[in-house]
Amino acid sequence: MKRNSAAFWIAMALFLAAMFLMTQVVSNEYPFFAGYVILQFIVLAVSWSILGGYAGYVNFGTNAFFGVGIYTAVFLTKATGASLAVQIAVAASVGALLGLGVGLLTLRMQGIFFSIATIALSIVIETSVTNWRYVGGAAGIQLQRPPALDMFHSYLQMLFFVQAMLAVLAIATSRYIQRSWIGHGLQALRDDELAAECTGVPTLRLKLLACVVSGALMCAAGAPGAMYLQYADPSSAFNLNYSVTVLAMALIGGTAHWIGPVVGAIVLGVTQQLLAVTISSEVNVLVLGVMLVLFVVAAPEGILGLVRRVSGNRGEGRG
Amino acid sequence: MFSMDLLLNAVVTGVLVGCFYAAVSVGLSVSFGLLDVPHVAHPAFLVLASYGVFFLNDSYDIDPLLAGLMITPLLFVFGLVAYRVYYETFEKRGSDAGVRGIAFLFGIAFIIEVLIILQFGVDQRSVSASYIGKAWRIADMRIPVRLLVAFAVASGLTILLSLYLSKTFMGRAIRAVAQDQEALRLMGANPVKIKQWAFGIATAVLGIAGALLIIVSPVEPTLDRAYIGRTFCVVVMAGLGSITGTLIAAIILGVAESIVLSTLGASWAPAISFAMLLGVLAIRPQGLFGRRS
Repeated sequence: MKRNSAAFWIAMALFLAAMFLMTQVVSNEYPFFAGYVILQFIVLAVSWSILGGYAGYVNFGTNAFFGVGIYTAVFLTKATGASLAVQIAVAASVGALLGLGVGLLTLRMQGIFFSIATIALSIVIETSVTNWRYVGGAAGIQLQRPPALDMFHSYLQMLFFVQAMLAVLAIATSRYIQRSWIGHGLQALRDDELAAECTGVPTLRLKLLACVVSGALMCAAGAPGAMYLQYADPSSAFNLNYSVTVLAMALIGGTAHWIGPVVGAIVLGVTQQLLAVTISSEVNVLVLGVMLVLFVVAAPEGILGLVRRVSGNRGEGRG
Repeated sequence: MFSMDLLLNAVVTGVLVGCFYAAVSVGLSVSFGLLDVPHVAHPAFLVLASYGVFFLNDSYDIDPLLAGLMITPLLFVFGLVAYRVYYETFEKRGSDAGVRGIAFLFGIAFIIEVLIILQFGVDQRSVSASYIGKAWRIADMRIPVRLLVAFAVASGLTILLSLYLSKTFMGRAIRAVAQDQEALRLMGANPVKIKQWAFGIATAVLGIAGALLIIVSPVEPTLDRAYIGRTFCVVVMAGLGSITGTLIAAIILGVAESIVLSTLGASWAPAISFAMLLGVLAIRPQGLFGRRS
């Protein structure tokens, strides 16, 4: 266990170092433009999986959290001109509160009722933002990027590195939860909520905790998105495509282990970036949908399950 | 200020639209309410049926309602197959079917959306028929004939389905399977066959419902997203599986939407059904006329 942990942290440090080096060496903007999106989906898929994977609560409202993250940043930029770090921190707090709200509202809902409630919430929030003139309403709002920190050549590269740090934060959090009693408790309530409750697992508190952590990370992932696009409008910030994409990434990667959503986000994210360059965005969604359906039917444990089957249980118990 | 006339107008329109909402929701009331299939793809099937009607109307100039009837057998078979696939891959395997079943149907909904976009484009589509575009004037009220047609057909459809479920042998079998699947098995009936048949009916109803959808307003490929809220709101508010409840809940939703539309404006309209759905889920999850699950 100890050696595993050391290896994990060294890998994370190396990853961040590599990302930072990339911002210093590579001058072409495109890799950062595409890489940012992939990193953003890693954060979203990993945080989705904390609630959707470990606890088995299928959240269709990823777009709500993502959009609230974007609009928190928009509001702060317009109202106070706050720095990126402040935007992300505030977005995370708002996301935690929103997660708590979702958790409290859906305390006794299970299965499809929870999923439908999260879609409903996302539409209600989207409609409210659409009717909120201050942040641009339905027409959207243009944003100006402030100058980047001195060590980065461009603001985009800084956003890229920030998103990489968020990815590390999300992965570390998810890994910690999976390996601690929290994760075991969540998995118990996923398998049989009543039985878990009866054997003394504090199911309600665990569920709330998962909602809060997952929500905070998703909103944080959305916050830099405002400056990334330099533009925000409700129908793209709250697009339901985010929900299906993130759901597909987590399930295709496999939700039994923290690495699953990371793998899924990288595989699907890279595929999407390649497809977006070559074919239309509709085909992109089609490929995503077909892959989701195929995996759910034929490989319920995702890529992770396939790898385990091939390597014959060797991966079992690694953390 | 908000006048009595406006209110009356809003209520009348709301009742008409509400009956239409009942027609697009009864299928879900059977598939989700009675069979417990988390059918998030129901609205996507509905929009798909609308595009089928559009195709027949546009290419062969067939009346939309007739076109809806024509695609009904196709939809029935489609429903039979869809349930079989769903049953074999999820219900039969048992554990964890919930999460993956929901994800599966969500994925199917998106696939249907994209296929419609690839085939018909993202533009709004509408049908032509003699009764579309006209209006009746009663006192100061102006009631579009298309809404009256939708109202009449929708009420007929809902009542027919309700009679089918309560009076016929197969209908009673469907309700029995919803109540106690094991008991049915013990009596020598095959619950899976009955559920498959019921799912076929639930999908077949979408032929007429889809025709009404495109008669009432133009359709676009992503219209199913708005109807996730409306159909689930109606079915959950009604109480799972209650067809009479579906009609009443749909009228409540129709009137609520219509009043908000004429007071706060169109920009708030998309949130009404979802907000009501959230409210019902939080306060009275068993709905107005619910069977407790």
